This record gives sequence, C-alpha cells and structure tokens, in this order.
Amino acid sequence: MSGGGTSDELQAIADRVIEQAAAGEQIEAFVSRGGETEVRVYAGEVEHFVSAQSEGIGIRVIRDGRTGFAYAGTLDDAAIGEVLSEARDNVEFGTVDEFAVLATPDGVEPTEQTLWNDALADCGTDRKIDIAKELDRLASNQDSRVRVDDANYADAWGEAAVASTNGVRQAGRENGCYVSVSTLADEGEGDDVETQTGFGFSVGQEPGEFDLERAAREASERATQLLGATKPASKSTTVVLDPFVTAQFLGVISSTLNGSAVVKGRSLFADRLGDEVAAAGVTLVDDPTNPLAYTSTDVDGEGLAARRNVLIENGVLRQFVHNSYSAGRADTTSTGNATRGGFAGTPGVGCLALSLEPGTRSQAELIADVDDGLLVMAMQGLHSGVNPISGDFSTGASGLLISGGEIGAPVREFTIASTLQKMLLDIVEVGGDIDWLPMRSAGMSLVIRNVTMSGA
Amino acid sequence: MIDQDVLERVLAGATTTGAEFAEVYAEDKRSTSAGLDDGRIEQVSSGRDRGAGIRVVAGDTTGFAYTSDLSEAGLNIAAGAAAAAASQGGGGVNSVGLTKAAPHRPNTIVHDPDSIQKARKVELLKRMNEAARAYGPEIVQVSAGYGDSTKRVLVANTDGVYADDEIVRTLLRINSVANGDGGMQTGYQSMGHTVGFEIFDTVDVEEMAREASRQAVTKLAARPAPSGEMPVVIKHGTGGVLFHEACGHGLEADHIQKGASVYAGKVGQQVANPMVTLVDDGTMPGEWGTLGIDDEGSQTQRNVLIEDGILTDYMWDFLRSRKDGRPQSGNGRRQSYQHLPMVRMTNTFVMNGPDDPGDIIANTPKGVYVAKLGGGSVNTASGDFVFGMTEAYLIEDGKVTEPLRDGNLIGNGPKVLQDIDMLANDFSMGSPGTCGKDGQGVPVGDGQPTLRVKALTVGGTAA
Repeated sequence: MSGGGTSDELQAIADRVIEQAAAGEQIEAFVSRGGETEVRVYAGEVEHFVSAQSEGIGIRVIRDGRTGFAYAGTLDDAAIGEVLSEARDNVEFGTVDEFAVLATPDGVEPTEQTLWNDALADCGTDRKIDIAKELDRLASNQDSRVRVDDANYADAWGEAAVASTNGVRQAGRENGCYVSVSTLADEGEGDDVETQTGFGFSVGQEPGEFDLERAAREASERATQLLGATKPASKSTTVVLDPFVTAQFLGVISSTLNGSAVVKGRSLFADRLGDEVAAAGVTLVDDPTNPLAYTSTDVDGEGLAARRNVLIENGVLRQFVHNSYSAGRADTTSTGNATRGGFAGTPGVGCLALSLEPGTRSQAELIADVDDGLLVMAMQGLHSGVNPISGDFSTGASGLLISGGEIGAPVREFTIASTLQKMLLDIVEVGGDIDWLPMRSAGMSLVIRNVTMSGA
Repeated sequence: MIDQDVLERVLAGATTTGAEFAEVYAEDKRSTSAGLDDGRIEQVSSGRDRGAGIRVVAGDTTGFAYTSDLSEAGLNIAAGAAAAAASQGGGGVNSVGLTKAAPHRPNTIVHDPDSIQKARKVELLKRMNEAARAYGPEIVQVSAGYGDSTKRVLVANTDGVYADDEIVRTLLRINSVANGDGGMQTGYQSMGHTVGFEIFDTVDVEEMAREASRQAVTKLAARPAPSGEMPVVIKHGTGGVLFHEACGHGLEADHIQKGASVYAGKVGQQVANPMVTLVDDGTMPGEWGTLGIDDEGSQTQRNVLIEDGILTDYMWDFLRSRKDGRPQSGNGRRQSYQHLPMVRMTNTFVMNGPDDPGDIIANTPKGVYVAKLGGGSVNTASGDFVFGMTEAYLIEDGKVTEPLRDGNLIGNGPKVLQDIDMLANDFSMGSPGTCGKDGQGVPVGDGQPTLRVKALTVGGTAA
C-alpha cells in the first residue's frame, strides 16, 4: 500500500471513523476504492467490455475482548455512520477472547515496492482492445486444429487506507494487468470428434511487458498435446509436476502451515516444529518482499510490514505464518501474514508469496532421469479431493507418460493420489525453472515419487 | 429502489449511441453472518451491498458498467460508460415504456431474518457446538457458521421487461474435527433454503451437528480408498453434483454455441440410460437455487433437459436465446450487480427410477458406496469431470463394509450417463451448493435418488 497522494481522501475517511472511538473501545477502519477493465474477444470481435469502479468500508470494533464487524459497499457519510453503529451493535454477541486485539505497530519498516505503474494507468481503451484481438489472432494461427474459446485483457487498480486506534495508519495504491487465452483443439469427425482444452496467460506491470506470443503458443500446445490421450492403467509411479501444477500444490501445502489452523488444532503439522517434514534439500519460503512475485506487497492486511519468512529449511519445519490474533494465541509475534479480501471481510492468515527454493536443472533434465513416470500438465478438483486437515490428496489429472527418460503418449481421465505428509518427504528434486505465475505461489518443475495413478 | 421514469430515461439514454438493447439490473442486499470457532463466537458481521449494473448490447458486443450510486446522475454515468463500450455510432434516441410484470414469488417467507434478534442466530451456533462436541471424546474441534440475506432485485430493459424480486436466504453449516491414532478426520453438514428464520422450527440443528461429528469419528477407522475402475453406488440426496458436472454445465447454451461442449448437436439423441430424466427447475419452493425471476428479469420455470435418456433441450439466457431465435428459459444469472449475467443452473436433479435402494447395494458384489459427496468440476469440452467423496465405504459381497478415506472420483460425462445402470425410487434434494463459473459464484440446488454407475475411476491409493 505504498506511496501516492491519491489515497489521502481514503485515509481521511478512515481517520474520521477511528476518532469516534469511545473509552475502552478499539476501532479499525479499512477503506478502499478500485476499478477494473475487462475485454473479451471471440471470433475476432469484442464479445464484452467491462469498465467499472466500486468502493466501500469495513469497520471492526473490539470492546472488552468482544469483536463486532460491519461493512457497506459505499462511502457516503450516512452509510459510514450506519456501519459503525452496526459493528458496535454486533460486539455484544461476540465471545470474550483475551487475544482479540487489533494489530500494534511492531517497528518493522516496510520494504519499498513499486506497486503502481503510470504506463498502465494511462493505457487507452483502444490499445486494450487491440491487445486482446492480437492475442486471439496469434492463438488462432498456431495450429490448424486449434480454435480460440476466448482471448482476454484484464486490468485492475485499487487504493486503500487503514487506520486503527492502536496506531496503525497505512495508505497506498496498486495496479496490475494480465492477458489470458483459452483454446480448443479438435481431432476427428462428427460424433467421433475429440476436443481438448488449453490455456495461456501473461502478466506485466504494464501492457508493454506482455509476451503474447508465448501465451498463444502455450495455450495451443496445452490443447494439442492432449489430443489422442487415453486412460492409463493404475499403478504407483514417479510424477514430474509442471510449474503451474507445482504452484497449485504449494497452495494446498500453505494451508497446513497457517497459524490460524495451528492454534485451532487443524494443522497436521501443529506439533512438528523442528521435525523433518520434507525431503532434505527442500526449502520453502514466503517472501512478499520479492518484487518478482506477482503478489508482492509492502504491508499485510493489518497494515504491518510484509516480510520474508522461511517456513521449511532443508526439510526441517521452522515456523508457521501468523497475523496478530493467531500470533497472540501461539505466544509469538505476527509474521506479517494477515490477509484481507477487501472491505467486506476481516483479516485472515495466509501465505502471501510462496516459493520453493529452486534447484538448478531444467524440466528436460529432470525427465531424463525418470525411467517410468508421468509429467502432470494439469490437475482437476483440488477443492474436492484434497483434505488439508487429514492430509489426504487425490485429484484428477492429465499429462504425458515418461518412459526411459523420454516424453511419451498423452493420458487423461485418471487421478493421482498420496498424502500431503508423504508427498513432501517423497520430493526427489526441485527444478531450476522458476516461473512467477499470477498466483500466490511461484511455479517450478517438481519430481515426487510413490504417487498412485488411478486409471482403467 | 429506482423510479420508473428514471429507469425509462436511463435506458433511452443508454441506446443513443446506436445500441439495440440496454438493461438496468439493480440490487439492494442486507446480510448478517455469525461465526463460531474453537468454542468462541468470533464475530457477528453485518453487510450492505447496493448498486446497479448496466448492460448495453450492439451487434455481438456487450458493454457493461456498474455503480454503487443509484441516483439518476450515477446511473447515467454508468450507462454512458457501458454505451461507449458497445458503440455502433449513429442511431437516435429510443423511447422506452415500461410496464411492471406481476410478481412471481415461488417462496413464502414467514419470518424475515432481519426481524429476528441476532442473539437467536448466535444461539443456534452455540447449540450446534455443544451437540457436536458431546458426540464423543474424539471430537477435538468444531466450527459453525450462520448466514442470512435479503436481496431486493429490479430488472428493466429496452425490450420492455420490468420485473422485481425479493430473495431471502438462510444458511447454516458445521465442521467437526475428530482425532485418533491415524491422525485427524473431518465431518461437514450444511443446510440452506430460500426461506426465512421459520426453517429452524423444523430443522434439528443438534442432529445436524451430531451428523457432522459422526462422519468425522467414523472416518477415524477409515482405510485408504481403492485405486481404479469399479462400480460406484451414490446415496440419494448427495450425488446431484454428479449430474451438475457430468452434464449440467455441458448443457449451458453458451458452451453449446461456442462448440465447447460434448453435448453440442445432440438434441434428440439418446445421451443417457433411458431411466434418466434430468430437470432444472428454478421454481421449487424453498430450494437453494430458487428465484422468482432470473437476473435478466425472465420468469424462472421448470426445464426438462433429458427425458427418458433423450436430450431434449439446453439452458438459455438472453444473449444465447436471441442468437438462436428462441425463448429464454430463466437461466440467466449473475453473482451480483458487479457481474455480467450468463447461462447458469438453478436446481438441477434426476427424477426417481424403478429400483429399490437396498437392491442396488445387494446386487453389487464389489465396489464403493458414497454416502456424502464434496464438490466437483468439469471440462465441458472433453467431458472429463471429477467430484470428491467425503464419506464413503467399501461394498463387499453386496454389503456396505469399511469406511474409506477422502478422495476424488473421475469420469467422462457422456460415458457415465450411459453407465448409470440402476436408479432407485428414493429421491431427495441435497445440500446447498455454490456453483463457480468464469469467476462468478451463484447458489444452486441439486438432488437425485440412490443410483449406481457401473464403472467409475476411484482415486485412492490402495491397490
């Protein structure tokens, strides 16, 4: 939330709210305003164009250890007054909790980040449309079997201010943009036609940084390489996760290292600090101060400095991530990992920009060492077949068989399964091909052994 | 929310750049939620979301803008932005005359949740917490949530559609965690209806809580699920998500028109076992996906999608039905005024078949019995879909035996519809769901009788 005088108005609104605190009352006000542009192109023409702004305020009140919250999607004075009085009214229904406190400034200075780009802010509508049309054209021309389902340009900007009676006061603004394309590849005729899908994307500080050619090529290749895929036989095997798949896997792992889950007894690693929970050589870091990370930020959702935290070091579990509340209950201090989904919610806990420490070898080199295995190109159903509390892991997948160190036939309609505990210990190697994806985790190739593949 | 003469002027203004269609969708939503975790009421929260989305269509291009300012000036700014995005140039001022449609209200609300004291809502959570923990010493953690909302909706467009709706929702959910020698296990129950607080006159919230704890404790003894293809029996009222994924999404007209569905061009063809009749019905009183009008002002209705195994129709919204020159089906929905509408399901269910549920298990020598399903997802173009099992058992020699750990099942939609070889006569609706599509979530219902799929891939780890 760094820099920018444009957020002064929002800061003033937040300041005015907390000035109304009565004796014995802690108040936090979070005020934000944002806008978005979305262009979708289909068959060479603009299918839809969305351009809009929204704003709102969320107010948290704590009194005698009880918490109440209210929000409204508007910033008019009358509505703000109502939100404060609703939040105060809600306080009386909360349970007294000695750890219910607002964040207190901890003296850690935020790392300077460049989160606002003027070139993006100045980019005109016509150029945004041209970019989406160009991506549509590039993807359509990759392969005669490939159609484009949609090509998209999207950008968003936001400014926010937070103020609290505990002395937190932060304001700033940020913007960002990306393009994405979905493809369909067809083979066969009539009722025997087979269709597979692919996607590609590119992110940038501003539209000039997009690599449209790469997005188009990847979207085309993802779809065509699955054509002719069959259902594989069931067996235990070694998998190589593609970088995008690894990023999704890390997202699941992150929920087991969440301080809120730990203090409430929902983390399978709760009592394991200092233990070897991953294979030797595996180091997992949450570092939102790294400007390369898509979700890099200077402050967290409570307005404390975001910071670099090493969670697993050379296989050993070193720490969990916390916000002020979970830290209080764990008798430690916040790691600057409060998350906030916008003005309509209160801060949660989560990793902000997770990455494995990359290895040195390329995906091709990793595959060359696999005698019999599977390159996983996509996972399906992470929300339905993974239980981060029990650790059971089972997802749908598609990909390419590996035989004698060489990529082989495409396969689909099968699952891969293990447990989260086992998978971390079964990591064979981390690839050096780190890719900063538009997610909370970075991607790189990852080799894991003893995974069950269920097919025919 | 907005006066009729203001709507008429805004709509006329939105089409001055030559667009042939403009629409105002306005909503005013009040919501209350309360969360209990680790024995504490963490907080009660109140929310207010109010605004309008304005859509302007010129040719095949849609312009869209939204605003939280419902004054005529605020609406005109949004209308101007939407019109500029969908500009054809030229054109003249359209005059728009609206006549309000008679209200269509499938639901009856007795106790508006806003009229109920927050203390009574919080009390439900405390009762559930106690009942869930009292189930047994294995229960080590419980969280529970309550939510209600009242959303007033107004839709008006240049075709003369002018309709409103008021949707009340009441939701309750509970998670239990049990701990044993083999680690932790979880149980989950939820209930949601488009009715008011009177639902708690009939729902036994303690029983819901005990059920969540029972699932978690049962799974402490669970063994790893098997791996590979086998017969799968799915309990009534839990497996609607199977049809939602195996064919529901593939029957949405936007996927059909783009040639991104395995069901494109198949109307009139046998796509499922002749026992299967699939319906999407937005008018079922009290169900989670029920609405009076869809989010384009079109009255909801009962749509038969598959009848005796034959594909009869797809689901439609304004844009896709206009393109095909046919009536809408009441399936144009959006998450909020900040979102464009698209084709969505409402309450999707399979009707009763001929079989006795007990016979289905007795006639299955070896397989998996799924007593509770989690979420799912589908690739409509390939037809491959997954769904999670959160309470499942082995079937051995025609009997339900050992509990299994959680996992996903995977299948291909068109094949699975043909592979349904037994369908029972014990239909019931399932738990409230949130269906995600293109980044938007909308509430949906589903239901089905007990059924058997003769071969599905179970994604466990046991050989």
